[in-house]
Amino acid sequence: MSAAIEVRVAAVRQLTPVVREFTFEPLQGRLPGFSAGSHVVVHMPLAERTLRNAYSLLSDPTERGHYRIAVRLQDESRGGSRFMHEQVKEGDRLQLSPPANLFSPSSQARRHLLIAGGIGITPFLSYLPELRARGADFSLHYAFRGGLTDAYRQQLQAELGERLSCYDAEAGCFLDLPRLLGEQPLGSHVYVCGPQSLIEAVREQAAALGWPASRVHWEVFAAPEPGQPFVAQLARSGKRVAVGSDFSLLEALEQAGVEVPNLCRGGVCGQCDTRYLDGEVEHRDAFLGAAERATHLMPCVSRGRCGSALLLDL
Amino acid sequence: MPVTFKPLESYRDDFSFANSAEAIRRFPFPFAEDSYMYSVNIEPATPREPGSVFAHWFDIDEHYLSEMAERALVLEKDPDRCLVMPHMAQAAWDTLEMLMEHLAADYPEHFELRREGSDWLWINRPLQIEQRFTFGDPASLPCEPLEYITRQVQGDFAVLDQRDGNLYMDAGMVTCPADWSIKFDAGMSFTQWHAPVPMAHQMGVFERALKYLLNIQVDHPVRRLNWTMTINPRLDTSSETFHEWGHERSQITPENVARKVHLRVELQFMPRLPRSNALLFGIRTYLISLEELASNPAWACRLHRVLRDLPEAIADYKGLSLYRQTVVDWLAQFDPEAVAA
Repeated sequence: MSAAIEVRVAAVRQLTPVVREFTFEPLQGRLPGFSAGSHVVVHMPLAERTLRNAYSLLSDPTERGHYRIAVRLQDESRGGSRFMHEQVKEGDRLQLSPPANLFSPSSQARRHLLIAGGIGITPFLSYLPELRARGADFSLHYAFRGGLTDAYRQQLQAELGERLSCYDAEAGCFLDLPRLLGEQPLGSHVYVCGPQSLIEAVREQAAALGWPASRVHWEVFAAPEPGQPFVAQLARSGKRVAVGSDFSLLEALEQAGVEVPNLCRGGVCGQCDTRYLDGEVEHRDAFLGAAERATHLMPCVSRGRCGSALLLDL
Repeated sequence: MPVTFKPLESYRDDFSFANSAEAIRRFPFPFAEDSYMYSVNIEPATPREPGSVFAHWFDIDEHYLSEMAERALVLEKDPDRCLVMPHMAQAAWDTLEMLMEHLAADYPEHFELRREGSDWLWINRPLQIEQRFTFGDPASLPCEPLEYITRQVQGDFAVLDQRDGNLYMDAGMVTCPADWSIKFDAGMSFTQWHAPVPMAHQMGVFERALKYLLNIQVDHPVRRLNWTMTINPRLDTSSETFHEWGHERSQITPENVARKVHLRVELQFMPRLPRSNALLFGIRTYLISLEELASNPAWACRLHRVLRDLPEAIADYKGLSLYRQTVVDWLAQFDPEAVAA
């Protein structure tokens, strides 16, 4: 596993009733550089276990002294966002995994269409300095609930002017995806980050309009959905790992001292894919094909079926 | 111990290149077993023992001056060996920063980097360079930044754009390739430029390797060794110059085999470029003649077995077939089993 970076919480800002922004500084040395669209995984030491959640870096990649992230308080938090909102204070120390990027702006795009839903604005905040430096053609479409999830609205209005379109659900204003995607010139790339429903809608609309999949980019950082408890048996080490209903299999393995390489912790990067030898699997990833699913699963999101023992090649 | 540089030696014409005892000692002999087959032999590039070729991200050795002179010669004849597509400009600066930072930190007796904001001063003592420039402003350097810095660092460098779940050869400085060409591969995907390799595709090697490379994180580079063989200590065995070296493979005799045939090992080093998200693919080449290699009899014995049993398709792809038997016959003297038989 990659060594963690030690940081100090340099600033905390409450941006809306549900969005808090955190600025991190290195405890020593320099922070590794990062590219537009990168995320870090924050290690959150809860009382009973360490949660690791991925958050987009929203600071300007050219500013090397600090990282910034923003965390939305989730209604059905497993404890991660609640910990960040209620426990973390200025001066605290935290550990981060180094930056990784699964949502980079394409070097080939003639036009970049950015679509953000609520807290999904965060990766695009690091895009903006990059796209401006490139002199790229782009526009940002920002859907939110006014007063609740519109954390960066004013800043963006001041910076972007006509390149920003806002859609405030509280004011009855919604994205018209068929029209927005329909009027884009050939060679445009669309990027979407936000709730699963928004991502699905953009992908479906783009597919319906004949956009090639390589021009549709999406990023979801949802914590793993809870599921039924089950037991994983490790064929090589002989260990037996019980996976509680609000643990992912990956988290349960880590808790048991079994490290599996991982990056996104959300079922998209493919890094954690693990071979299984027996058992029924509830696949929840967006990476493996049907054939691969017969022998492999992604423990960051996928689970064994309740009542059937899952035998892993670990 | 600080590395000391040998006086200029040549990688062409009279081929005066040779390894010191120390260079032989630290040679990255690539075979962990008595046989060879393709595999995803990629590992985290954690630093190894001081003095070894794995001690630093970018290894500088006794051949530094000669190799940089050779690169200048190649570029003089063929400036297009350095390629930077327009969308790779940021990755070129990323590469310059990474190379300068690491050389200055790892070889402070030779290299120095002073920075105040974007005003940088770069000092390369062995090449007697002292360059003030503005980071990010290409006009402040004598040439394009990737070319500028890689004229001062040993090994070839491909700079790969990452998009659509693949890696694209969109920039690079390639003056010492093992029978390939940056001009031919320009713009190709990882999948495309590996298409000619035999056997490995069926084994799924490239799919797994690509997945591994796409997920490399900032500050967590990986490395692997690759190998082939070259007649004479010739660094520039590129496709463009095939007419200069291809025929040499038919000139190997039992009398000249030990001096002419070289094992060519590439230490491939792959770090993520932090600002551009491109992947740097460093290819650091080490050459050793069979004669030099046999000063370590265990290496000679193992190489004998590897070459003797190498599948035909791999030997053909690596261009060894014309002289493999002559090499195997010469190496047999170092293999106790072969001598006894």
